[in-house]
Amino acid sequence: MSEANASATRITPGNALRPEDIALLETKPADAVAQYALGLGDDALILAQRLGWWISRAPELEEDVALGNIALDQIGHARSFLTYAGRAWDKTEDDLAYFRREPEFRSVHLVEQPNGDFARTIARQFVVALYQWELYSRLVDSSDPTLAAIAAKAVKEVDYHRDHSIQWILRLAQGTDESRRRMIAGLKLTWPYVEELFTDHPLIDELGDVAARPSSLRPSFDEAVKLVLDEAELELPDVPGAIGGGRQGLHSEHLGYILAELQVLAREYPGASW
Amino acid sequence: MTTTAIDAGSRVDEDTAGEQLFNELIAQDSRIEPRDWMPADYRKALTRQISQHAHSEIIGMQPEANWITRAPSLKRKAVLMAKVQDEAGHGLYLYSAAETLGTPRDKMTEDLIAGKARYSSIFNYPVRTWADIGAIGWLVDGAAICNQVPLCRASYGPYGRAMVRVCKEESFHQRQGFEILLELANGTPEQRAMAQDAVNRWYAPSLMMFGPPDEDSPNSQKSMEWKIKRFSNDELRSRFVGMMVEQVKVLGLELPDKEIRYNDETGRWEHGPLDWNEFKEVLAGRGPCNAQRMERRREAHEDGAWVREAAAAYAEKQALKYAQAA
Repeated sequence: MSEANASATRITPGNALRPEDIALLETKPADAVAQYALGLGDDALILAQRLGWWISRAPELEEDVALGNIALDQIGHARSFLTYAGRAWDKTEDDLAYFRREPEFRSVHLVEQPNGDFARTIARQFVVALYQWELYSRLVDSSDPTLAAIAAKAVKEVDYHRDHSIQWILRLAQGTDESRRRMIAGLKLTWPYVEELFTDHPLIDELGDVAARPSSLRPSFDEAVKLVLDEAELELPDVPGAIGGGRQGLHSEHLGYILAELQVLAREYPGASW
Repeated sequence: MTTTAIDAGSRVDEDTAGEQLFNELIAQDSRIEPRDWMPADYRKALTRQISQHAHSEIIGMQPEANWITRAPSLKRKAVLMAKVQDEAGHGLYLYSAAETLGTPRDKMTEDLIAGKARYSSIFNYPVRTWADIGAIGWLVDGAAICNQVPLCRASYGPYGRAMVRVCKEESFHQRQGFEILLELANGTPEQRAMAQDAVNRWYAPSLMMFGPPDEDSPNSQKSMEWKIKRFSNDELRSRFVGMMVEQVKVLGLELPDKEIRYNDETGRWEHGPLDWNEFKEVLAGRGPCNAQRMERRREAHEDGAWVREAAAAYAEKQALKYAQAA
């Protein structure tokens, strides 16, 4: 397939979209659109970085495969979003992932949270997957065709992540006393970071039909959460929300360490290609 | 008494008939399936080989997983994640194949953690640099492919069939390793040096993956008679050297062995001497990373115990619920 052909045929919602195709796009996103894509890309990247740690450490081989798969999907979404964002500033996905400093990242605090035990990872996965599913389901109708195409691919994958986390919430909540105790603790540690996902940051006002307004996703998210927690006979954690700020570059204490590991090799050899 | 005597008698008849069929199937190059009669030693040898192979896939995830969080580009990170994930998948198929011989996966895992079971010694070497990820893909997976392609024809059906899929994925793994090295070899002088250094360190251990020289490999003969193994250790090693000699030219790197030559008389590639003492040391548990690899496996297994217990308890409760509803 010729390069021109690749970009012409692939960027339609529903078709598999690769970051390599996005890099060939002729149109550049406006700065606000790029900023928005950057935030979504950073969420996926940092989450993938966290989940990647589990590979070879999971409680069962099937979970090494499952968590690895979810991490792989997330890194795929990150690559697409970052490639697209980078088009606005003549930067590649790797320029953005490896050579930005902490305050330049736009990830939310939730994805930066430590893995903890398996229950805490599942609690984080549960929130992320339900949120991303609501988000991408809406972005499929974005007036920006590239964001819509990325979302169309992502929403199908995130649907599996949703299923995976829900199945584990049920198992852990209703398995043994220990697993229930850990599940409740995991949700409690995760819940302070839910609020930030649905906070409307000023950028949203500039984007119109390009973006999905975070606050508008909340009701269906809450509904979906309630259904699962009811079935699992769990209470919604009663904890205060934490002040976020990830979208403005104000991060948790964890991000610095995550980036130190992520970026170390690329920064040791600046200008090298891999 | 009488009944027992009759039972014993018919069992002997069955065994004789079974053995005859087994021998015929082997002679015809056909396949033995899980429910077929098979000699106890055949079952034992296969269980040992397949479970060791499965353990190698699982322990082999660790050295590469070590670089997932530090991979130098997002594409490389994605490819590496996919590769390590494939290895977990290979472990799963292989444990399943071994289970058809009557040993449950839990038992095999326990044996591994208790230090009673072996895995490929190569994974006891440290993965020091990013170039090692390339060298492992190219050399270690390359050696594994040489070993495993003939196993697709192994006489035991479930093993042979598992190997078909494993080999397809391994050939991707080898290509990704080759591509990493190619990129480094054509990169900055420092990257090139990194690539050569990795090849230097992984060359000899990968040659030793084929097992001891034929004269020191007592299990091989029986395994070849049973058509589990098709070629001797030295034969496979020589083939591998022949492949690498060509591929290293494309990389523009060197194999750290001045004695590689093609022997016209035997039609085989020959290589310089290997340090079999080191091989034995690593096998005996004195490699640089043996303790670390075992500890990590044990830790993951023990830390995950409560999760597995929860899943089992939940499944039981669900089954009970459905039974009561019915």
